Amino acid sequence: MGKVIDRFKSHFAEGILEAHEKLGDETILVMREVLSDLLRFAKEDPELRFDLMMDICGVDYLGQTPRFEVVYHLYSVPKNHRIRIKVRVPEDDCWVPSCLNVWKAADWFERETYDMVGIHFEGHPNLKRVLLFEGFEGHPLRKDYPINKRQKIPEPLENP
Amino acid sequence: MPARKGATTGIAPTWNLKNMSSVAENNFLTTKLSELVAWGRKYSMWPMPFGTACCAIEFMGTVASVFDISRFGAELVRFSPRQADLLLVLGTINYKQAPVLKKIYDQMCDPKWVVAVGACATCGGFYDNYSVLQGIDEVIPVDVYVPGCPPRPESILNAIVKLQEKLTREAKGEKIETRLVKSA
Repeated sequence: MGKVIDRFKSHFAEGILEAHEKLGDETILVMREVLSDLLRFAKEDPELRFDLMMDICGVDYLGQTPRFEVVYHLYSVPKNHRIRIKVRVPEDDCWVPSCLNVWKAADWFERETYDMVGIHFEGHPNLKRVLLFEGFEGHPLRKDYPINKRQKIPEPLENP
Repeated sequence: MPARKGATTGIAPTWNLKNMSSVAENNFLTTKLSELVAWGRKYSMWPMPFGTACCAIEFMGTVASVFDISRFGAELVRFSPRQADLLLVLGTINYKQAPVLKKIYDQMCDPKWVVAVGACATCGGFYDNYSVLQGIDEVIPVDVYVPGCPPRPESILNAIVKLQEKLTREAKGEKIETRLVKSA
């Protein structure tokens, strides 16, 4: 395994469910319970120094349990290495802790994931839709969102 | 200085019934007021482009010298709805933008006309998805639809000619529908 995965494993051995590496593409699957600590560790550990939050997104594996997955892509500018961190989220308990206190850049990524897939980020101060409009029903990137569903056309604001 | 007849003496030329009728034959034109107003309107439309996609690029070509929209009297492009009477919707309109388009249409003074340019504005185009309005006629009434993805500048000019024809026919008393779909 790569240096980055080994470093994570040395601190969160029991929290990492799965890890693999192929062609320099390092991925770990972690438990939701350790996610908050693990992300802070990724940012602050002097050997990892993941200072750039590149992306957060949600995946819908309809038919599997747990149904959802949240994926974090991190990059370290000083160390020039990357990691992909995945965490599984069940449908009936659909949340992950917010990492806004670690990276400010996570703000709109978390809102987008909430908007599109409907995963709640606990601790986010302003978790509302960012791309779609207020009053949009459902989360369009869920696999069970009806393909022909049309939304109600929003009314113009009187004094925006 | 050679003296002109009438001018030097200060006496106006004599008018009689005979030369009066020949003046009328050559210099007057009879019409109805509504038709005269329509004639004035149709060659002095002030378009406002509501450009959101590639159709707006085609409109730039339409205005520029090669295609030259001023041949049809509609070259005075305004970017305020309050100064325009022809709304050209050029591009994809999604649900989030629909209230903005409606508001801009409401801000225009009567008489006003709407042209839906391109596949997206007329019916949503290939964006048959959760976020895109399936034609602007779900929000505002449309006079002329232009097909194409994007349409050629000639098509946009043709839309203006069609609208001019519509004005003439309406002034003659014909009823022509503007289309507004009430969605369920």
